[in-house]
Amino acid sequence: MAADEEELSINEQAISASEDEEGSDDERKHKKLLEAISSMGSRKRKKQNERSEASVQVSEFFVNAEGTGEKVNLSDLLGTVEKTSGASNKTKKQLRNLQSSKETLELPLNKQQTEKIQRGIAYEKTAAEVSCWRNIILQNQKAEQMVFPLNQESPGPKRVEQVVAGWKVQTPLEQEIFRLLHINSQPVDDPVLTPVEEQSLKAMSLEEAKIRRAELQKARALQSYYEAKAKREKKIKSKKYHKVQRKAKCKDFLKQFDEMVKTNPEGALEELKKMELSRMEERMSLKHQNSGKWAKSKAIMAKYDDSARKAMQEQLQMNKDLTQKIVVPSDDEHESNEEGLETIPDFVNDSEPVIDSVNPWMRGQLTHEEPEVSCVTTEDVQTAEEENEEEELVGEFERKRKLRQADEEDLIPTEEERKRAGLKKIQPASEVVEEDVVEVSDKEEEDDDDDDEEEEEEDVSEFNTLFRLMRSEKTLEGSNQTREGLNTPGQEDEEGLLNEGQIRVRNIEDLEVLGEFVDPQPIAEPSLPRTAAVEATSEPPYKKKREIDLKEVLTKEAKAVKVPFLPTVVDEEERDEQISIIKEAFAGDDVISDFIKDKSKLEAAGRPEVVDLTLPGWGEWGGVGLKPSRWKRKRERDEQISIIKEAFAGDDVISDFIKDKSKLEAAGRPEVVDLTLPGWGEWGGVGLKPSRWKRKRFRIKTAPPPPRQDQKLPDVIISENRNASVASHQVSQLPFPFQNTAQFESSIRTPIGPTWNTQSVVKNMTKPKVITKMGAIIEPMVKEDFIKNKTTTPGGKGPAIMLGENKRAKEGTKRSSEKHRGRRSQKRRK
Amino acid sequence: FRKMEQEMLKCLFLGFGLQKIRYPCSKKDPFPGEAPIPHKQLQKFQRGEKYKVPAGARRRLKEAIISSEAMSELAQKQAARYDLLLPEDAGFLEGDEDEDTNTISQDDIADAVDITSGSKYFNLHLSQFGPYRLDYGRTGRHLLVGGKKGHVACIDWQSKDLMCEMNVMETVNDVKWLHTEAMFAVAQKRWLYIYDSKGLELHCVKKFNDVLRMQFLPYHFLLATASATGFLQYLDVSVGKEIAAVCTKMGRLDVMSQNPHNAVIHLGHPNGTVSLWSPNQKEPLVKMLCHRGAVRSLTVDKTGTYMVTSGLDRKLKVYDIRAFKPLHSCFLPAGASCLSLSQGGLLSAATGDIVQVYQNVLGSSPVSKPYMAHRLRGQIWGLAYCPFEDVLGIGHGEGFTSMIVPGAGEPNFDALDTNPFRSSKQRQEWEVKALLEKVQPELIGLDPGQLSKVDQASFEQRHKEQVEALGFDPLAKDKFKPKTKKKGRSSAGAIEKRKRKVAHEDQRDEIRQTVQERTERDKEQKEKSNEKKKLGNKSTLDRFRK
Repeated sequence: MAADEEELSINEQAISASEDEEGSDDERKHKKLLEAISSMGSRKRKKQNERSEASVQVSEFFVNAEGTGEKVNLSDLLGTVEKTSGASNKTKKQLRNLQSSKETLELPLNKQQTEKIQRGIAYEKTAAEVSCWRNIILQNQKAEQMVFPLNQESPGPKRVEQVVAGWKVQTPLEQEIFRLLHINSQPVDDPVLTPVEEQSLKAMSLEEAKIRRAELQKARALQSYYEAKAKREKKIKSKKYHKVQRKAKCKDFLKQFDEMVKTNPEGALEELKKMELSRMEERMSLKHQNSGKWAKSKAIMAKYDDSARKAMQEQLQMNKDLTQKIVVPSDDEHESNEEGLETIPDFVNDSEPVIDSVNPWMRGQLTHEEPEVSCVTTEDVQTAEEENEEEELVGEFERKRKLRQADEEDLIPTEEERKRAGLKKIQPASEVVEEDVVEVSDKEEEDDDDDDEEEEEEDVSEFNTLFRLMRSEKTLEGSNQTREGLNTPGQEDEEGLLNEGQIRVRNIEDLEVLGEFVDPQPIAEPSLPRTAAVEATSEPPYKKKREIDLKEVLTKEAKAVKVPFLPTVVDEEERDEQISIIKEAFAGDDVISDFIKDKSKLEAAGRPEVVDLTLPGWGEWGGVGLKPSRWKRKRERDEQISIIKEAFAGDDVISDFIKDKSKLEAAGRPEVVDLTLPGWGEWGGVGLKPSRWKRKRFRIKTAPPPPRQDQKLPDVIISENRNASVASHQVSQLPFPFQNTAQFESSIRTPIGPTWNTQSVVKNMTKPKVITKMGAIIEPMVKEDFIKNKTTTPGGKGPAIMLGENKRAKEGTKRSSEKHRGRRSQKRRK
Repeated sequence: FRKMEQEMLKCLFLGFGLQKIRYPCSKKDPFPGEAPIPHKQLQKFQRGEKYKVPAGARRRLKEAIISSEAMSELAQKQAARYDLLLPEDAGFLEGDEDEDTNTISQDDIADAVDITSGSKYFNLHLSQFGPYRLDYGRTGRHLLVGGKKGHVACIDWQSKDLMCEMNVMETVNDVKWLHTEAMFAVAQKRWLYIYDSKGLELHCVKKFNDVLRMQFLPYHFLLATASATGFLQYLDVSVGKEIAAVCTKMGRLDVMSQNPHNAVIHLGHPNGTVSLWSPNQKEPLVKMLCHRGAVRSLTVDKTGTYMVTSGLDRKLKVYDIRAFKPLHSCFLPAGASCLSLSQGGLLSAATGDIVQVYQNVLGSSPVSKPYMAHRLRGQIWGLAYCPFEDVLGIGHGEGFTSMIVPGAGEPNFDALDTNPFRSSKQRQEWEVKALLEKVQPELIGLDPGQLSKVDQASFEQRHKEQVEALGFDPLAKDKFKPKTKKKGRSSAGAIEKRKRKVAHEDQRDEIRQTVQERTERDKEQKEKSNEKKKLGNKSTLDRFRK
């Protein structure tokens, strides 16, 4: 404090020193300033001097600390506040309220719960934050190849501006070029996009479009929900529910209407019109006139049942309410309106004949029958009784109606009055009091207007008849037309439909029949494809005996090939001789040797002498060089031919083969396991066989194996053994995304090796999933990397691609991200 | 013009930085996009059926299928596009009118063609140690001949450069090149020997005795041998191990061939059957009865579709070995002791001392006359076509003859696989690569694509166990669950209706197909009958009608 004072004094001195030089005006100002400063300082001092302890007895000798321990009550304060005049009313009121309120403050939630809530909120926040990574992660997962580090500068040639920092247009050619570019508003500095393209980009960014689309989607969804709700509610069958609903609506509507009268009188008028319309409808219909089935039943009950009577009365009341003229407080407007309504002829209230020409009740026109009857042909057939009933009802209705009309006529205000005012109504609520008032006012003028009214009525009735005639004609025509229409195209349609139906049925039947006819062994092609040529060969029908087939197959007629020999220098005779020699040589050559070898092996050295004889002649060691004499060969040949003939006579080869095959087939067939225990459960002993049913019961037959591959090939035996050696190299488990073997097999059907593919394809097929640059530090992805081009603000109008002006800003963000990275790398280094 | 100029300048000056470069010339490319690929070519490289994404597939599955399909399509397209690079076409011999091509002698052909080709017709007179077996190396440059009486020689036959020549002083039953021209196997009287190209004996494999015929499976590095004792043995020449020894129980095995498509060995037997073998099975994969007499020779074409056999019943039969059905057979009066199929599909048959070459044997129609014929001296012992050359080598009693057969060889070779012009360095490279890509013998089977299939048996077994453990089938197709719809469309009836719509979908598809087929057939028949009626109703007097 003391320091402050000193400072102030120093200031004063300094100011006083400079004071003399200034003019008088300045002096005055300065004084003021000084005063202000001094006043500030003095208030402070005063505060310091104030006694702050509140006590009942104030002693000048000591400070009493009597009331210090007690709490101050609100009532204490209030008492003083009431007395003090300076306190504002508002605070007083607040305090009073506070005092009167008995509510206690809610306990703050305990720690666990608050933390839980906080956690929940935090989770949602982070989830939203993290979810923005989802797209990029998915994209990276899908990507065929990833190249790290992610933000590599694109390789390839760069523009001059990018490489050279301070590049300027110098040569005249360059100048010319840039002039041209400039004229045509082509980008010069950063030739990425032309202004037109830029603008088109600016028009709507991707983000914006997405948002818009989402909004639209939401709106559509909401609409559909609403529709669904309405439909559901409509379906509710409870009458009570609907009643409540309706009443609630009514109340709502009334409220709204009240407001509308104040705010939007035109709208209110519209509403009133609607009400009038409903009144008309009510007047037309028999809805609340106790003429229905229910009403009749109630009428019977009404004698005895109070509630039934009440219900009926209610109905009638409702009718009355609805048919009540809407009375408007302001006479002029209302009356003119009423007049307008009254001039409308009766038939306007008639329902459209087209709506339901069948039901006379719905027509609302009860007095005239002729035209209706003419058009309602179907109804003609109704019984007489029904008609009588109807007539009675009609009579009743008419009576009521007349009564009502009389009532109404009383109520109807005069034309002139109505003419006077424009069409403005306000209050639909038909309060009885008001009505009465109106009645009273109207009655005075009633007498005068009677004549006019009658005249008018006559006119109207004339007009009515004319109109009805016209309408009946029309309806006749219309009905005829419609009937014709029904007969001609409609019938055709029906016929068509019928036909269609028949066809369809037939088709389905066909299909079913087809399904039955489908071969029990459908197609089941052998794994090996067959050429068309195969079909040409005579495939024996399967049912035939196999042995015969086989022979047929083997003895299939073969075409003899003539062997033209070379024109050689040798004479004809010589040639002939040679041919014969060749033939002989062949006849005695391999056939026999082979055969003999065969025989020797098969018959286990049956004729060793033969072997001895022939081997030197025909064996491996050059029999060619040593030609045996002709006669000798001939003799041998005859012998051997006979042997061959013998061999082939029995068709050994074929029968052997068939035996082989049948043996294999038999081995492949499953055996029947006999589990019968003789003597088990019945008498046993020598000569007693277990009963037939038992044998049947305990002989277990296993399912037959799938048909052999060579089933239809009589001269082929195909091994049914599974080749297990390949299995170790094969895939035995389906890899993940595939659901069946066909999918997987088709996905690996194309080889990837360079033997079967071109170089580029091999490279493409075998490219690594991840490529990393040697020596480069691979930083984790930063948010800026993938959303740098996006504007995250929902209403953001910025372009998707930043250009020109924004470049700097972008750089800034980059820099920041770099900084970010730098920090991270530092961390890692630590 | 001004705009053009400006654009041009812009392009020139700003170069590649532009996002879209507008070309200065205003002319439109008359053939935009890539050149279309003919459908036929595309079909040539098609591998399997395209797989459509099934309805209701999950996202990952959809992605997997789509990407794999895209890859397949790309591969197919590129392969078809690069098919252009195989420009060579095989030629053939064409006679004058009324001249059978089989009467044209080899001398005439050799005179008519250019010197290089003409030099491919030559005879080696080796009457001393015949008859000869022969084998060409895979590249077609090297020839190996082995005389019955022990003479073995290997020749670079195009340059006529003798690499080595020796007499093994034993009966030689067969000779075969191994994977390169550096090694060959000789089946001698008792054992199997392996020599290098200098004639140095590398191995004497005593496990392989009494070998009569050999086949080398180049991609498996397997030497398959058939012995007189009825054993079929496999020797892995890359590791020198016997892979399998199968006792065929079919007696002496002197007819042997391999199916280059699936590396299955075909053996012909004296009882007229041909059996197919793999090293993995102790019984024949297939046994088919082909002839009523013994089988004398057989050969399989390079696509593995056709097999040609000849037997003692003097018949020549062509089989479709995918379906194991005979296509056609013809009767050769002299029978055929040796058969060989060329890369171009020409069949050569040795009938006595005449070699006949047939064209279009593998079609559906039987042959009537040979395409070429050549008479030799002495018994023919071996026949082999030289790969990538129009040359047929014949080993006979009087030595060896190289015969020109136009249209025999494949005109385009795969330089990475079998390069006839490769240097020794390239050969070494190839050898390393081939060894790395060696196919395991376990993969030999009738279906070479077996590896790309899921092992159904174990898959089913495992699946069964899984179902048992889990209590439900994880791979089961989800039962159709109708969506809950609003606006009263999810009533019980509506749901039932919707369910019925998708019920038995697979069956329905089938039915639909059959119905469609049937209607089409009916339609065709109707049309045909209508046409017939039209024709049938026409009387002779109709011509006078206006």
